[in-house]
Amino acid sequence: MFSLGPAEWQAISVTFRLCLYTTLILLVLATPIAWWLAQGRSTARIVVQAIVALPLVLPPTVLGFYLLVVLGPRGVVGETLERIGLHHLAFTFEGILIASVLYSMPFAVQPLTEAFNNLGRRPVEVASSLGAGFADRFFSVIFPLTRGGFVVAATLTFAHTLGEFGVILMLGGSIPGETKVLSVLIYDHAEAMNYDAAHSLSLMLLIFAFVTLFVVYSINRRLAVARL
Amino acid sequence: MMSPSGISHSGMLHIRARLRRADDFELNVDSALPLDGVTALFGRSGCGKTTLLRVIAGLERAQDATVRFAGTSWQQGRRQFVPLHKRRIGLVFQEHSLLPHLSANDNLLYGYRRTPEALRRLHPAEVTAMLGIDDLLERRIDQLSGGQRQRLSLGRALLISPQLLLLDEPLAALDTQTKREIMPFLSRMAAQSGVPIIMVSHAPEEVERLADRVAFMHAGQIERVESLHAALARPDSPLFDDAGAASVLEGRLGEVEADGMRRFGSAGAALWVSGDTAGDAVQPRNTRLRILARDVSLSLDAPHRISIQNHLPVTIERIDPPRHHRTVVACRTADQQLLLAEVTPRAVSQLGLAPGQHVYALIKSVALLI
Repeated sequence: MFSLGPAEWQAISVTFRLCLYTTLILLVLATPIAWWLAQGRSTARIVVQAIVALPLVLPPTVLGFYLLVVLGPRGVVGETLERIGLHHLAFTFEGILIASVLYSMPFAVQPLTEAFNNLGRRPVEVASSLGAGFADRFFSVIFPLTRGGFVVAATLTFAHTLGEFGVILMLGGSIPGETKVLSVLIYDHAEAMNYDAAHSLSLMLLIFAFVTLFVVYSINRRLAVARL
Repeated sequence: MMSPSGISHSGMLHIRARLRRADDFELNVDSALPLDGVTALFGRSGCGKTTLLRVIAGLERAQDATVRFAGTSWQQGRRQFVPLHKRRIGLVFQEHSLLPHLSANDNLLYGYRRTPEALRRLHPAEVTAMLGIDDLLERRIDQLSGGQRQRLSLGRALLISPQLLLLDEPLAALDTQTKREIMPFLSRMAAQSGVPIIMVSHAPEEVERLADRVAFMHAGQIERVESLHAALARPDSPLFDDAGAASVLEGRLGEVEADGMRRFGSAGAALWVSGDTAGDAVQPRNTRLRILARDVSLSLDAPHRISIQNHLPVTIERIDPPRHHRTVVACRTADQQLLLAEVTPRAVSQLGLAPGQHVYALIKSVALLI
């Protein structure tokens, strides 16, 4: 039952790369966004907070549809890319990577915002008064004191990207080695009545997801997913 | 006025700031504070002391504020702004300001390591000795008491060799016993470090023990800046609002004697202080004694056979009009220090007290807080 063929390994490789790149990109992007969100309660911040949280409530097909429109050959971004001699992004790995980054954004931004809020301004002010510039403060005070938030953000982002389906199907289709991720492969197997193969992959994902959530909850109960 | 050398108003901190917050609070300050010794920002909670301190530190962005430190501009409205980490200000908060992920030693040296060698004037050995924290450095933060943490915070702030030290109610979170324990360190630090200090406080006791001058704040404004002596000499001083009138005597505190008492003062005006009120510093040193006026009585004759140990010959300088059926009598000691006594109007008339009269001031020794 658990014998994995080349198609499975290829899907695992695409999925793993997608999850890893999404997580790395999001940690870089989400940190400044979360920091800014944690600094106050202005209207601009509420607007950004709402936009970041949109993927939580929208059907993935909605996000996938708009991305297809924008990134595809006739879309603003896709067309521009074509004009300068590059390929549009629909049905490509880069395309689903962009989709994943947007789709998993709340799972990175929210735990980090929470962590920065809990940190409060005191340690940062202390470090400033002791002569530490911003980058120095970030690495010597902010990061060490919010490490738990970063672990939660990274783990949730990784796990959530693993669970993507709708967005990828809309934007990426099912191209082996390019956009065919595990969730899509399971769908394909099930469609083809190939239940054994679908089962082994599903069980793998199920166990992985459980272990991930277990780790996250035990690392930091305060930054629980329940708050998302 | 600019002097030919280009340095103007050196030795002063100029602040002009207006700040309106959503909760209707408005800070409106246009003042100059001398940069030597200890200046207390005194006022009730919510009068804007801490906000003013944060404007000076650059932590509160008042858009059109002007802050100039001894001729160096720290902020000119929106045009120019020096961030806190370039101002070299030592900052000590009420509590919880140690970095929890660092050891005591790493906390102490956090700023020292970031201070260019050429600017280092204070070094770990002298600072740890000054604050009595040598023995704490190997410990974890959570093994330190409140007072030890505060001393460590003070040391950490001093080790950036700051141009200015801002203390935001540094004793407010400590219990009375710890306050008394830390006071001598604070006053020694103020005297020995040579760093000007601005200290926020709402406790008259702290101000009277530590400050050289007081900036009285009310409703977001600095109402007046005056020396501590001037502030203690006027009967309507806001310092007297809570515990009543008090005076501060300066003098030398002697060693602890066999019976636990310590001699305080000069040859002409000696008092006896019980040793256990003196904190943990046993060495003789110059210090201040705060004496509440209601703990001082007056006698026309030299007292004999009385349990009160402390009696000083004084000269009445002024008798204030009675308030709430109490009269404050201002006296001069033999060494010309001001001592206030609170008596009833009836006592004034019965004893026939009048300015210029020589009387004896009787002070309960238990009232002497070091």
